[in-house]
Amino acid sequence: MSLVKLQGIRKSYGSNEVLKGIDLTVNEGQVVALIGRSGSGKSTLLRTINGLEEINGGALEVDGEMLRPGHTNLRALRMKVGMVFQQFNLFPHLSAIENVMLAPVVVKKQNKAEAREVAAACLAKVGLADKEKSYPDQLSGGQQQRVAIARALAMQPRVLLCDEITSALDPELVNEVLNVVRKLAEEGMTLILVTHEMRFARDVCDNLVFMHGGKIREQGEPEQLFAAPATAELSQFVGSVAFH
Amino acid sequence: MAYSFDFSAVFDYSDVLLQGILMTVQLTAVGTVFGVGLGIVGAAVMTSRSRILRVIVSAYVELIRNTPFLVQLFFIFFGLPALGFRLSAWEAASLAMVINLGAYSTEIIRAGIEATPKGQIEAGLSLGMNRVQVFRHIIISPAMQRIWPALSSQIVIVMLGSAVCSQIAAEELTYAANFIQSRNFRAFESYFVTTILYLALAIALRFVLKMVGNHMFKRRSHA
Repeated sequence: MSLVKLQGIRKSYGSNEVLKGIDLTVNEGQVVALIGRSGSGKSTLLRTINGLEEINGGALEVDGEMLRPGHTNLRALRMKVGMVFQQFNLFPHLSAIENVMLAPVVVKKQNKAEAREVAAACLAKVGLADKEKSYPDQLSGGQQQRVAIARALAMQPRVLLCDEITSALDPELVNEVLNVVRKLAEEGMTLILVTHEMRFARDVCDNLVFMHGGKIREQGEPEQLFAAPATAELSQFVGSVAFH
Repeated sequence: MAYSFDFSAVFDYSDVLLQGILMTVQLTAVGTVFGVGLGIVGAAVMTSRSRILRVIVSAYVELIRNTPFLVQLFFIFFGLPALGFRLSAWEAASLAMVINLGAYSTEIIRAGIEATPKGQIEAGLSLGMNRVQVFRHIIISPAMQRIWPALSSQIVIVMLGSAVCSQIAAEELTYAANFIQSRNFRAFESYFVTTILYLALAIALRFVLKMVGNHMFKRRSHA
């Protein structure tokens, strides 16, 4: 069943068109990676899915919530779409558990006791049950990113967007974050990731989407895509990335 | 001819001094609470998307920051009655303090708000929060923490500036000093004691503001 549906998405910054008509369908439970060179539009595309980037053309639908230019209910959309960022973006004045509780209390009007329980469960899920009271500046990058994942999960999104969530991490901290994502994937969470971790993309994703010049050039199952790229751009890209 | 110092001539009026201190403290407290409150609202407007409101608030800020406090005070106390708006000296002094600190703190707090990392705002929005919720729960506390030292200094300046309110016969500390030296003709002693009292008040105020800051912002400032 399709959960996320993009049709003819267009996005320009001034005269520079960065998304040139994107069609993409993501089914419930699917794990999809957007790959491509920097500047290919993959992060911009991801950010349109929760309305952080306004679209200039096309339409998108997430679990029945429609979004098209000039016709927006961002709040309803964002209740269904969680997002994790490259720079974690935790709230520095709040402890880990307060970071996770904030939106359920403020947006969903959950009472604090209930929200605290949910938040504790989310932190436990990302392996940080013992860090509830820690503040962001007391946590490593990997721990901060896991809190950020817990924060997104606490809103019980239908789909989770991950925007290069390991790119700002020291190499030895990458795996603790990827393992959390892997676990979510196994549990059936619908995930759309922008990533440079090709090995992870190959191992975990159902579908890879290769973007180039603001368009989707190729998509398909990882093994097939890596083994037999149909376009020169993808084969060049595959040749240039290391499978570490 | 040697001058013989007589501080007891000042301390004979210690009840007057005490009254003066009390009013200075009251003016400062009212000015700070409502002035900073006004500053937060002003800064929120200055960083909002409404152009009209931004123009109105920046006109207010520029008007206050580019005119003397004494003239602002005279305008409120002597000028406004012409419009049927008559205030007591205490009310006029309080209002002038609030309006004055409101303008300066708008600018200071705005700077703190603008230093908010964009990603934190995006994180709030992507969790479904609206702009007001983002401001209230995500932006304002770290912003206040960032600018608390600058704001504290401004509050001390305003407290010292309240001396000007003696000119409309608001019976604060400087008014008390003037009153005492006009009775005992001991100008040196009166103003010496008053100077020491202002110094002590300023140091105490800085200390209180530091404590308030430590209490409100438990986390050390980071970005």
